[in-house]
Amino acid sequence: MSVEPPVLTSQPKGTDVKYMMLVCTDTEPDPEPSNHPDVEVWVAENDAAGRRLQGAQLAPASAATTVRVRNGQLLVSDGPFAEVKEMIVGFDLLECADLDEAIEVARAHPMAWAGRIELRPFAEFEQ
Amino acid sequence: MTDPAAGIVVPQASDQDGAAVQRQAGNGGPAAGRAAAAQAVAATAVEAYPRIVAALIRITGDWTLAEDCTQEALARALARWPVDGVPANPAGWLMAVARNRLLDVLRRASVERRKLRDVAVLALTAATEEPVPDEEVVDDRLRLIFTCCHPALSPQARVALTLRTICAVPTADIARAFLVSESTMTRRLTRAKTRIAEAGIPYRVPRGHALTERLPGVLGVLYLLFTQGYDADGEPAFAEEAIRLARLLVRLMPEQPEATALLALFLLQHSRRAARRDADGDLVPLDRQDRSSWDRAAIAEGVRLIARLPEHGPYAWQARIALCHATAASAEQTDWRRIADCYDHLLLLQPTPVVALNRAVAHGCAYGPEVGLSLLAEARSGGRLDGYPLALAVEADLLERQGDRDRAAVLFRAAADRVPGEAERRALLNRARSG
Repeated sequence: MSVEPPVLTSQPKGTDVKYMMLVCTDTEPDPEPSNHPDVEVWVAENDAAGRRLQGAQLAPASAATTVRVRNGQLLVSDGPFAEVKEMIVGFDLLECADLDEAIEVARAHPMAWAGRIELRPFAEFEQ
Repeated sequence: MTDPAAGIVVPQASDQDGAAVQRQAGNGGPAAGRAAAAQAVAATAVEAYPRIVAALIRITGDWTLAEDCTQEALARALARWPVDGVPANPAGWLMAVARNRLLDVLRRASVERRKLRDVAVLALTAATEEPVPDEEVVDDRLRLIFTCCHPALSPQARVALTLRTICAVPTADIARAFLVSESTMTRRLTRAKTRIAEAGIPYRVPRGHALTERLPGVLGVLYLLFTQGYDADGEPAFAEEAIRLARLLVRLMPEQPEATALLALFLLQHSRRAARRDADGDLVPLDRQDRSSWDRAAIAEGVRLIARLPEHGPYAWQARIALCHATAASAEQTDWRRIADCYDHLLLLQPTPVVALNRAVAHGCAYGPEVGLSLLAEARSGGRLDGYPLALAVEADLLERQGDRDRAAVLFRAAADRVPGEAERRALLNRARSG
């Protein structure tokens, strides 16, 4: 019986995927805040590894402004475009080899525990 | 199951070995030769199909193209083998034809240089006729399994993709099992493949803690697949596909005891397939089945597999429960105390209402209906089994054994009204009448 892990071939280089990591709140957070990872450590590690290209915390939804143009007319309204319980509170732009790597990055972010994280790949267009 | 007209080969059920088929092809007339060749294609495809598809996906990353080229190779075999005879290495022949087909398509589509380079390397490999080292190919199939069962795909997409890509089950058959039209299933499969590409789902076997986390998901897909085949109104062929996949997984990951446990569980449950229905097609409960029609070879294999399992793991406990049933000489001689003990362990690992319900059944059989009813009340606490018809059936069974036949009959009928499957409904109505 073999105890060796299965042979793995890594993904070809130069095919990294860009993910917009949307950091959101959640109504049912993980109940044990003392277990949650540290965000400073997360930022430092992913910046050093070149996986995090950019990122920021956002002002609360009450500061949001929604802009639409209909029939050429500008419509500006206060607040976010959708009233939902889960709000986007920040974002990070990631560059990862694949979804599995992005999932590993996201799980180490404190908001995966205290909230939820959505990984949205950049759209790929056929040349 | 072979459909030469459509050029679609479903590699299953045939265990013919290549050499035997080759001899047959040489003997009979043209019709016999055609039949023998078709059989040889089906027999080869059982093993070769997922290997070829997996290898082509690794090269192109294009799932549909990989499947199409493999199907075309099978169609070519159906056309050529009756005329030329079955080649000495049928799987190698199919792989070479599929690869050449892929090369043609990619050349014509003038893809990026990187892919073309890979194809060039591939063409060279093919030209030398060197057999591909087994480990490499094995790894490809494992990659395919883990990608089809990736948690970022919906559970239904995982099952459908596994059936289509690894088991080569025709889309129409998958559609029937999911109660949707073929065009709907085609769209779903296309969407799943698109999602793999867009979301960046890797074509890779995870390692370390990721493997530990992902393996249960893979086993879960196989379990769903088996259930789909085992259910009264399901597709029986899917149960066999699940067993084949579990065998493959055990061969590829012998160090994973839960994969072995799952295979044992499948074999032990599947051993009863011939006894599960009577002449009218009605379901026969376990205690009334003709045990002489149980598949002894499957049971013996299950026993051997379980003997080398460590204690822990949810599938290991489920397999041991199945083992107690499969090895009991009669329903009366079933070791219910051992089964009750296994359910205690299982409930700790899987604290779900359904496991709690089954535990109540086991304890009821081992220690009397009163114990069963009290554990049933526990399982139902908080309304967790409301709307689950089998909870009513379990209560009815326990009450009947307590002597309350009237109440039991009422509950059996109530359960019959609520189960989705026609065969289950009839079985419950029978209990209500005979109670």
